[in-house]
Amino acid sequence: MDNLLSIVTFLPALAAVILLVFLRGDDEAANRNAKWLALIATSATFLISLFILFQFDPQNTGFQMVEQGEWLLGMQYKMGVDGISVLFVMLTTFMMPLVIAASWDVTHRVKEYMIAFLILETLMLGVFMALDLVLFYLFFEAGLIPMFLIIGIWGGKNRIYASFKFFLYTFLGSVLMLVAMVAMFSDAGTTDIEQLLVHQFGSESFSILGVQIVGGLQTLLFLAFFASFAVKMPMWPVHTWLPDAHVQAPTAGSVVLAAILLKMGGYGFLRFSLPMFPVGSDVMAPLVLWMSVIAIVYTSLVALVQEDMKKLIAYSSVAHMGYVTMGIFAANQQGVDGAIFQMISHGFISGALFLCVGVIYDRMHTREIDAYGGLVNRMPAYALIFMLFTMANVGLPGTSGFIGEFLTLMGIFQVNTWIAAVATTGVILSAAYALWLYRRVVLGDLIKESLKTITDMTRRERAIFAPLVVATILFGVYPAPILDTIGPSVEALVSNYQVAVAEADLATQVAHSE
Amino acid sequence: MLSADLGIILPEIVLAVYAMVALLGAVYTVKDGVASLLVWATSGLFLALAVWIGLNGGGTNVAFNGMFIDDGFARFAKVVILVSAAAVLLMSEAYMTRRGLLRFEYPLLIALAVVGMMMMVSAGDLMALYMGLELQSLALYVVASLRRDSLKSTEAGLKYFVLGALSSGLLLYGASLVYGYSGTTLFSGIIQTASEGGVSLGLLFGLVFLISGLAFKVSAVPFHMWTPDVYEGSPTPVTAFFATAPKVAAMALFARVMHDAFGSAVSDWSQVIALLSLLSMFLGAIAAIGQTDIKRLMAFSSIAHMGYALMGLAAGTAFGVQAMLIYMAIYVTMNVGTFAFILSMQRDGQPVSNIASLNMYSKREPGKALAMLVLLFSLAGVPPLVGFFGKLYVLRAAYEAGLAWLAIAGVIASVIGAFYYLRIVFYMYFGEERDDALDGNKSPVLWGMLMASAVIMVVGVVNLFGIEGAAAAAAATLVN
Repeated sequence: MDNLLSIVTFLPALAAVILLVFLRGDDEAANRNAKWLALIATSATFLISLFILFQFDPQNTGFQMVEQGEWLLGMQYKMGVDGISVLFVMLTTFMMPLVIAASWDVTHRVKEYMIAFLILETLMLGVFMALDLVLFYLFFEAGLIPMFLIIGIWGGKNRIYASFKFFLYTFLGSVLMLVAMVAMFSDAGTTDIEQLLVHQFGSESFSILGVQIVGGLQTLLFLAFFASFAVKMPMWPVHTWLPDAHVQAPTAGSVVLAAILLKMGGYGFLRFSLPMFPVGSDVMAPLVLWMSVIAIVYTSLVALVQEDMKKLIAYSSVAHMGYVTMGIFAANQQGVDGAIFQMISHGFISGALFLCVGVIYDRMHTREIDAYGGLVNRMPAYALIFMLFTMANVGLPGTSGFIGEFLTLMGIFQVNTWIAAVATTGVILSAAYALWLYRRVVLGDLIKESLKTITDMTRRERAIFAPLVVATILFGVYPAPILDTIGPSVEALVSNYQVAVAEADLATQVAHSE
Repeated sequence: MLSADLGIILPEIVLAVYAMVALLGAVYTVKDGVASLLVWATSGLFLALAVWIGLNGGGTNVAFNGMFIDDGFARFAKVVILVSAAAVLLMSEAYMTRRGLLRFEYPLLIALAVVGMMMMVSAGDLMALYMGLELQSLALYVVASLRRDSLKSTEAGLKYFVLGALSSGLLLYGASLVYGYSGTTLFSGIIQTASEGGVSLGLLFGLVFLISGLAFKVSAVPFHMWTPDVYEGSPTPVTAFFATAPKVAAMALFARVMHDAFGSAVSDWSQVIALLSLLSMFLGAIAAIGQTDIKRLMAFSSIAHMGYALMGLAAGTAFGVQAMLIYMAIYVTMNVGTFAFILSMQRDGQPVSNIASLNMYSKREPGKALAMLVLLFSLAGVPPLVGFFGKLYVLRAAYEAGLAWLAIAGVIASVIGAFYYLRIVFYMYFGEERDDALDGNKSPVLWGMLMASAVIMVVGVVNLFGIEGAAAAAAATLVN
């Protein structure tokens, strides 16, 4: 199949169009059809995407299964995957059927709900496969529209505020990236990512309005991209949209947000910032690293005092994304390996945690931690699964959460011991907030009247958690499949980066000695 | 010689003669149905002319010793003007009939305005420019106050007229200065003087006054004051017309004067236009936030959009003109769809323009709400909708012309602007159910225009319907 990637990308959108055009009515039967069609489409997408994984050759560090076609303005429709992106594609296709299954109880405007999620899947897959700058931007930004609607239509009480904040915050971040893309277009004369990766953007320092810009054009471009990805990640101090969006979004929306949308920022750093602007990245790396550790420590502390479960997990996501940016900007093999691993594993774990909240929210319609307690008495299976993912979130060895955190810490230790030392305290803090949450919700005696009749997980809910449990433990015990897939591509990325930085250093030294 | 000249200007003659003959004929018939018939006939003629002009040969033809230029640029603009005018005219028929506004003068005034616009975009001389501009404006002053028994409508017409006369005065004053310092009214003569002797102070003054007059016509800040009141006060079909064809004509004329007459002095006018663009984008974005009337909101929205189109013009390059043309074509398409939606907003048969009345519109009319959603995101410039590509082109043009600051300011303004488009989405999708719901409007024309425009916004992502090449060719004939 020559256009496997396009098929995978647009299959969900096709299902959405079918739903939009052919499904009429608002009755039970129509709703059921919408759900089933969405589930079948996302599952089929996952199955077809497995072919991508089978065909993928990890030893080849270039782009594979490339498709190319002419588009406007010298831009191209170009799709492809490499070791860095292929696993994100898999993560997306893997999570989406679970997300649809988790929304089985939606009753409000089911058809539109399914359409929004299907379109969102297409757009997310497009982000990870696009090999053209503008095409990437197209998918990256377009994702805002369905997510805005998901939060705004199916969200909680304060959904309007959260949806507007989500949209405008991320939109503001990305438009600067758009200007940077235009600048790259005129500098390199192409929007082809493959060619941009070998193009050298100017790194001679110059001054604008009397301010010396070290690293020149590369630093400016880096900052513009940083504005977008840092918001998307989200990094401290531009993370404030995330807790709002998470709390107000419906469960499935939170899962997509945490498991996949946040990864776009990290993916962007690895696809654009590091390889295309190595000198700029090198100049800004110390700042990014310190921002990352501040995120780890600060948001962990904030998570400690949360009274809303979703908010607590949202802050913990920000902390975990701190490890990711730290690993990426350590810019060595362990750091970047760890960052990607952490992103994949966080996809499973945070997705599962939001689903855990969803399970009890569906029953009690509150996310207040105080409203719960002693759930283990009535929901033993739930208690077990929640414990597993709490432990994984803490980074207990044997779960996938451990590998990512450990590798990023190992990577940063070689670069800056101080940062590593501060970041390690985050591990302890995460244990504190996660275990405390678990104790307050699940352990203890069941004294609240309202909880006396709560029921344990249904078979559907167990089925949704099963793949996530398997993935979390499997990759925790045996991380090789992931590390082997990303290894060669990461190695190439890191060595190119080191060479480019060393060359630039040499050039500056020569300039100084003259 | 004369016959060759007349051949070049034939489409304009056909349209003008049609308008006059139809006027005479309509005066002598008393049948009520004649107005409706004329609407259809006029739209049909517009479309036929658009096809004719669009298919009719290439090359640049000059008539009447350079007063009238028929080149690729003019043809591109004329096609956009004619098609959008036809679309708006068709949309207005049902609306005006139902409210007893449809008189036979309406389609004919529109036809005369379109003749003026066609003259404008083909003008090769300051006098031809002024003739076209005034023919257009006078027709528009009248249609603005078409609803004679409405205070707001007459106020709109009067305001438009007084301020329009002021701007014409500015323009004429500039034109006379330019004539005085260059000794000719022909654009080709002016550019010769400007490139040989440089732009003298007098010529520069003339240029600035010309720009002021033209900026009024495109409603660029700080010459925009009339726009919200006129948009709000005029009958909605007329507002729809104001927002589309005249904007294209004025913008094309702007590009024509700048490049044909002052093409050698780009650095002199580029900064002025860049400033107009900057102010328009920000004022349009910020002032629209507080609006509760969707017509007023669209007025500010059009001011902001003119700011982006001017960004392309400010670049002063062929690519900039191409970007501007693409932007205008996309803008017109979006506005036709949006106004088709606004025209269909009614409660108990009365037109409504309050945004809050759209509460939970998506519940009752999911199809139309979805189409409007697409248009709103397109207006906001969110990819993958076509509105985004318009912005991409002008941003690139501005950046490559060294106006990176303008590009950055433009994208920031677009984020501010996104807010008020989202606010309409908010009412349609997230609002609360209310009792005073809008009626379902079953007009097939409006429905068709709305859907067509929304589908274009989505499907256009594939190749923009080949408009890129046409615009490039058009721009190349203007800037060389």
